[in-house]
This record gives sequence, C-alpha cells and structure tokens, in this order.
Amino acid sequence: MNENSHLSSQFDQDLSRLRSNVLQMGGLVETQISAAIDAYSKGEVATVKQIVETDRKVNDLEKAIDDDCAHLIAMRQPAASDLRLVFGISKIVTDLERAGDEAKKIAKGVRRIYEAGQMPAQYGIGVRHIAEAALVMLRQALDAFARLDAELAVKVIQADVDVDTEFKSIMRQLITHMMEDPRTITTSIDIIWIARAVERIGDHAKNVAEHVVFIVEGRDIRHPGKEKQA
Amino acid sequence: MQIHDHPALKAEARNLSFYYGEAQALKGINMPIYDKKVTALIGPSGCGKSTYLRSFNRMHDLYPGNRYEGEIRFFPDNTNLLSSDVDPIEVRMRVGMVFQKPNPFPKTIYENVAYGLRVRGEKNKRVLDDKVEQALKDGAIWGEVKDRLGELAPNLSGGQQQRLCIARALATDPELLLFDEPTSALDPIATGAIEELVHELKKRVTILIVTHNMQQAARVSDYTAYMYLGEMIEFGKTDQIFIKPNDKRTEDYITGRMG
Repeated sequence: MNENSHLSSQFDQDLSRLRSNVLQMGGLVETQISAAIDAYSKGEVATVKQIVETDRKVNDLEKAIDDDCAHLIAMRQPAASDLRLVFGISKIVTDLERAGDEAKKIAKGVRRIYEAGQMPAQYGIGVRHIAEAALVMLRQALDAFARLDAELAVKVIQADVDVDTEFKSIMRQLITHMMEDPRTITTSIDIIWIARAVERIGDHAKNVAEHVVFIVEGRDIRHPGKEKQA
Repeated sequence: MQIHDHPALKAEARNLSFYYGEAQALKGINMPIYDKKVTALIGPSGCGKSTYLRSFNRMHDLYPGNRYEGEIRFFPDNTNLLSSDVDPIEVRMRVGMVFQKPNPFPKTIYENVAYGLRVRGEKNKRVLDDKVEQALKDGAIWGEVKDRLGELAPNLSGGQQQRLCIARALATDPELLLFDEPTSALDPIATGAIEELVHELKKRVTILIVTHNMQQAARVSDYTAYMYLGEMIEFGKTDQIFIKPNDKRTEDYITGRMG
C-alpha cells in the first residue's frame, strides 16, 4: 500500500476519515457479537434490547460510509490503491452490517430460549466456543484492515474452515438430542439458528479478510475454484 | 501476462532514444503498439510522451540537430520508420496525426479533407466527393457540415474543427493515427464526442494517444504506458495500470502522489 501523501491533503484526510469510520463500525459490531455471546451463555436477556439498539447505529454507519465512498469516487476519481481501498471499504461495510444483523438474530434467539425457560446447560459450550472463534476471526479481519496486513487476512480466511466444521458437529449433536428427547426440539431449533448465525459471522469475517487482500494486493481471491479455471 | 494474450503488433519501439541536439529526451524505449487497439501515453509534462508520439511520423525531421537512435518497426511489412531510406512523406501517409489545438487549413471544409487526397494525386471529382463524404462520416461530422461544405473550416466550433481534422487525417486511410492531447482545448461535450469517435475508429485503425487527463486514458484506451523523464516506466493493459500498477512510480502518478 502507498504511504506517500497525495498532492491534495484534503483527499488524504477524506481517506483516513473513511478508514477510521470503518474501524469504528467494526468495533460496534464486535461489541454487539460479544454481548450476544454473553447473553447466550449467561442468560442476560436484558442486554438483548441494547444489542438491537446498537444495530441501528451500525446500520446508520453503513449508510454514511457508503455515502462517503460515493462522494469520494465522484469528487476524486480514485485510481489504483486508492480505488481498491474505496471499493473494498464499500464491500467491507456490507459484510460488517450483515455480521451485526447476525448478532441481533442471536440476541433474539437467546430471548426466546430464556423466556421459555428452557436452556439446558450442556448445550451451551459448543456454541460459545464456535462464537468465540468467529469473533476472533472478525477482530483479526479488522486488524488486518487497519494495518493493511494481507498475511493476517489470509490466516482469517483459513480459520473459517474450523468454524464451519464445528458448526456441522453442533448440528449433529443437536439432531441426536432431538431424536433422543423430542421435548427439546423447540430449544434445539433455536440453538441451531444461533449456531447458524455464528457460522455466518465467520463467513462475513472471511469476506472482510478477502476484501483486505484485494485492497492490499489487487487480487480477487473469492471463489478460488473459478480463478483456477480462468 | 502472457504474450499470446495480445493481438498482433502494429508497431514496436525498439531501444528508441531521441536527442534534441545534446539533450536526451527519450531513453531506450521498448514498447509494442497493438493492431487496432488504442494505446494511451500518460506522464507528467516534459516526460517525453509527445516527443515519443511525434517520432512515429518523423515530425522531428523538420528541425536540424534532432537525432534518433534505435528503431520503430512498423508491421506487417516490418519497415523501420526511422530509417533514413524511408521517406518521411511516405511515413505520414500511413501515420496520421491530430494535434492538441484544432488546426484546419484556412480553406473550405471540403478542401480540408480533399487536400491529402489531392497531394496523393487524386484528380477525379467523383472519387474525391465520395472519399470526402466517407471521411467526414468517419469523423462523425458529416451530419453537421453536409450542407455547408463550401464554408471556411475555421468558422466551425472548436469541437467540430477537431473532428474535421480527424476526418482530414482519415481521408488518406492511415494505418496508425496519433493523437496529441486531442481534447485539451475542448469542452466536456465535444470531448465526449471525440472519445466516442476514438472508440469507433479503432475498428479500422490503430491509435496512439497522448493525454494529460488520466480518466480519459482510462476511458478510451486498451493499453496504457506511463512515461517519466524520458523513460517508459510501465506498459500494460489499461485496467491493470489503473487498478493494480506494478511500479510504485506509476502508482504515485495515477493516484496523485507525485512531487
């Protein structure tokens, strides 16, 4: 990436403000997710409302950042690394916003489970574990963006496989539970939705990391099978 | 990038250097010009892009003390355009040029286009009429001037004059067309018309264009070369140059980080 400054210092300021807004948005989404995990494991239904409220802020930031991107493109016609940065940011915020939506889904699922008073303790561990892994992925993806570190981004992308595997194992486990005791079906399905949301957070973190690789190296590494054919 | 991805060569600069007397303006340039493609030359003022462009039709021969080294090979016949055996007049028949400021002759619209054909020895009025009409159509200006061919060309608007100059260059059926900042004196609408025309023209002629407007280079060209201080720093497909240039100096220039 290019660390030299532009002839136009205003352009530099616009770009750095854009980047810090993305990090601010990423920070909010991280908080949302970790609050949702806490709510899940501790049964804190009270925080659910707060998570839903934070989601509004996240949505507003997404719109504001996208708007800034459009302005920058119109006013500055960025090229090369600047173009990749603006374009990448516009995609990153979409993934961040969706990761925030998933956190909201988790929170709502938690409320349903605890309000029905049906949280069997032994279910908690697997989901909490995968959720923490997904959160680490997102945190590292944002770090990779902040430092424009493609190597770290690649690590995040690789980590997604583990989250996916763990999600499948939670699914098998819950299916077994449901077969053994049909009374757990309602709760089990809610937990499956939560695990699914966590798994999606991992996917969004992976997408963010892929956008970082594009910003830094100009390589589009999404859908690698297709790249090989081309 | 693999060689077989590219279309046929129309011309190729081989270790081309150029001197204005003692001052070296071009330093060992190697660069392909692909057939029926638009190649843009970008770079800061004084980087040698116009000097390079003008070498293609031997314009530097008009001044004493100028000196070329190296070759510009022209295909398919593999002629060295710079060879002293090659007549510059012959080169200019094959390589047309359009300048920054429209420069129509102080003659009628018709005569401006017919001039090159007459120089070539064409006397038949019907052939001239047909060729003038075709060239004006190719220059995307026929509709605007067909009822006033007898009027003086300098009375046209700037954008029309520039398209007339393009029509004039096209009349002699050149193989390569050189554009030296063809729109820098025009408004955005007239610029758009010229860019659209460039897009049409590349179906039949190879185009080399110097421009200070990087967005223009990105819009009209298939290949872009970045020049700096008389050297060719980077040559590549235009989208590669504008999305992921390989050279830091190219990156700095097109992102506005020079200086």
